[in-house]
Amino acid sequence: MTAATAVNVTHLRKVYRVYEREAGLGAALRALFRRQMQEIVGVDNLTFTIEAGEIIGFLGPNGAGKTTTLKMLAGLLYPSAGDVRVLGYVPWRRERAFLRQIALVMGQRQQLIWDIPVIDSFELNRAIYRIPPAQYRHMLDELADLLDLAPLLHKPVRNLSLGERMKCEIAGSLLHRPQVLFLDEPTIGLDIVMQRRIRDFIREYNHRTGATVLLTSHYMADVEALCRRVILIHHGTMLFDGDLTRLVERFSPYKTIIVRLQEPADLRPYGEVLSQNEDQVSLRVPKSAVARITARLLTDLPVLDLSVEDPPIEAVIEQIFTQEEVV
Amino acid sequence: MTHLIAVYRQQLKTAIAEQLQYRAALVIWLIEVALGPAVSISVWSTVARNEGGEVNGYNPSGFAAYFIATMLVNYATQTWVFWEFSRRVREGEFSPLLLRPVHPIHADIAQHLAYKILMLPVIGLVTLLLWLAFHAGFTPSPASLATFLPALLLAFALRFTLEWTLALLAFWLTQVNVINQLYVVVVLFLSGQLLPLSFLPAPLQAITAWLPFQWMVAFPAQLLSTGLSSQAVVTGFLAQLLWLLLGLGLLNLTWRRGLKRYTAVGG
Repeated sequence: MTAATAVNVTHLRKVYRVYEREAGLGAALRALFRRQMQEIVGVDNLTFTIEAGEIIGFLGPNGAGKTTTLKMLAGLLYPSAGDVRVLGYVPWRRERAFLRQIALVMGQRQQLIWDIPVIDSFELNRAIYRIPPAQYRHMLDELADLLDLAPLLHKPVRNLSLGERMKCEIAGSLLHRPQVLFLDEPTIGLDIVMQRRIRDFIREYNHRTGATVLLTSHYMADVEALCRRVILIHHGTMLFDGDLTRLVERFSPYKTIIVRLQEPADLRPYGEVLSQNEDQVSLRVPKSAVARITARLLTDLPVLDLSVEDPPIEAVIEQIFTQEEVV
Repeated sequence: MTHLIAVYRQQLKTAIAEQLQYRAALVIWLIEVALGPAVSISVWSTVARNEGGEVNGYNPSGFAAYFIATMLVNYATQTWVFWEFSRRVREGEFSPLLLRPVHPIHADIAQHLAYKILMLPVIGLVTLLLWLAFHAGFTPSPASLATFLPALLLAFALRFTLEWTLALLAFWLTQVNVINQLYVVVVLFLSGQLLPLSFLPAPLQAITAWLPFQWMVAFPAQLLSTGLSSQAVVTGFLAQLLWLLLGLGLLNLTWRRGLKRYTAVGG
């Protein structure tokens, strides 16, 4: 492991044991005496490395094992097998020196104290994380500036909207300038403006501090805006680890041809018509046939304009998760 | 150490600010706190008068002193960590606490201290009112009185340690409140809150001597109300210290095993 490696995960596995029972009173009574236990594999054989300063998008449908992995990296869960090092530490030992250098922000979890002004919770974090006064002031000013917190700091947390609270949660988690930041759905439930705000902020924080960021999100816009590299997991196993652009190349067997015609025509013989408005038509065609179909379109029809595009990443990912046999 | 002091200072400030939000609750608490001793004193004073002025060596003003003293000790040592823990574990509020580079017990101690500091004027007022209303007769020797404060501190440490340990059962049981109900009843009887322990049948008295509960309430309360013989004082301190050591050992063990379990199943 080199000095520039922030996170190192090898053959990570987590198995949950859960008790199951069927519905109904009879089953409930039987369960009192004999419980059915089932093992559920949350994460299986994950291996990856993250260099210091990278922003990585962690993608997968609900239940894919994203949060489980984040919790293991932050030290809240210990794995069933495999090894994790974050900044050289074994996370689940939760050494103080380790905890002082990381932050985990989870959408629904609150670290802010509900009934008192935000600034009081921040002051508490200052003491807990032993932030020197000058650094605290500096960081608070910077965060207040980037996230526009000034009007919120002296309001009780319970009076804040969801988005305002999320901003304050994130700010509170960053006062100690963590070198590694785990963000679980940081923009969930927020409107577009607020989503963009948080996104810009994460990029800015990474830029200013060189922190490593690992984030999960349901919104592809977050990932596209922030992450060059993504890790895709499904059913706890890794499907892809690499550049976002390569993801599309690798997983999408289709391209989209957009044609503008002089007069409307029926393009169904050339490919699957995705949309058609007046003179503009989007066609989905197999990657291997793009050149041939483009040539045919240009010779057969009065084409004004033609372009070939990759399908939106969101569509590609959706397709990956719905067709499991892809890999 | 200086770091921990800074954490405590901030935790105290935060907890006081937080609890000042619940002013109405303070008034209700005042009534609740005064009601128990007032009823006990009235009932037992009536019994004493019917018995010719005294029961088991307690006259009405003796009863008043005893129940006021148990109220004070109970106020100083009482915790609500059970409720905190079952909520934390059930609602996933425990994880943020684990991510802090400070043991979560410190936040709880600070929280309890803050509450007690805030309630000091309230309990002072209640004490004064009950004292005047029932003509309480406190009769401790100066030596006994001098040992009251250390005994009270040990009683708080002991009770907090034991109840925090029991509250950790929330890691294994989803509904730790049931255990809490049982515990509250046991403490009520065996700590001397409901009646002086000399009123219990002899075999039960012998058993309670070996249990931790009377050292959490009755022992300091008696130091304050009537005083105790020097032999009883020594026995009391020894019992408190032994139970505290045992409690700290148990707490450590339960904490580590509970944490292991929590981090195995996920919060």
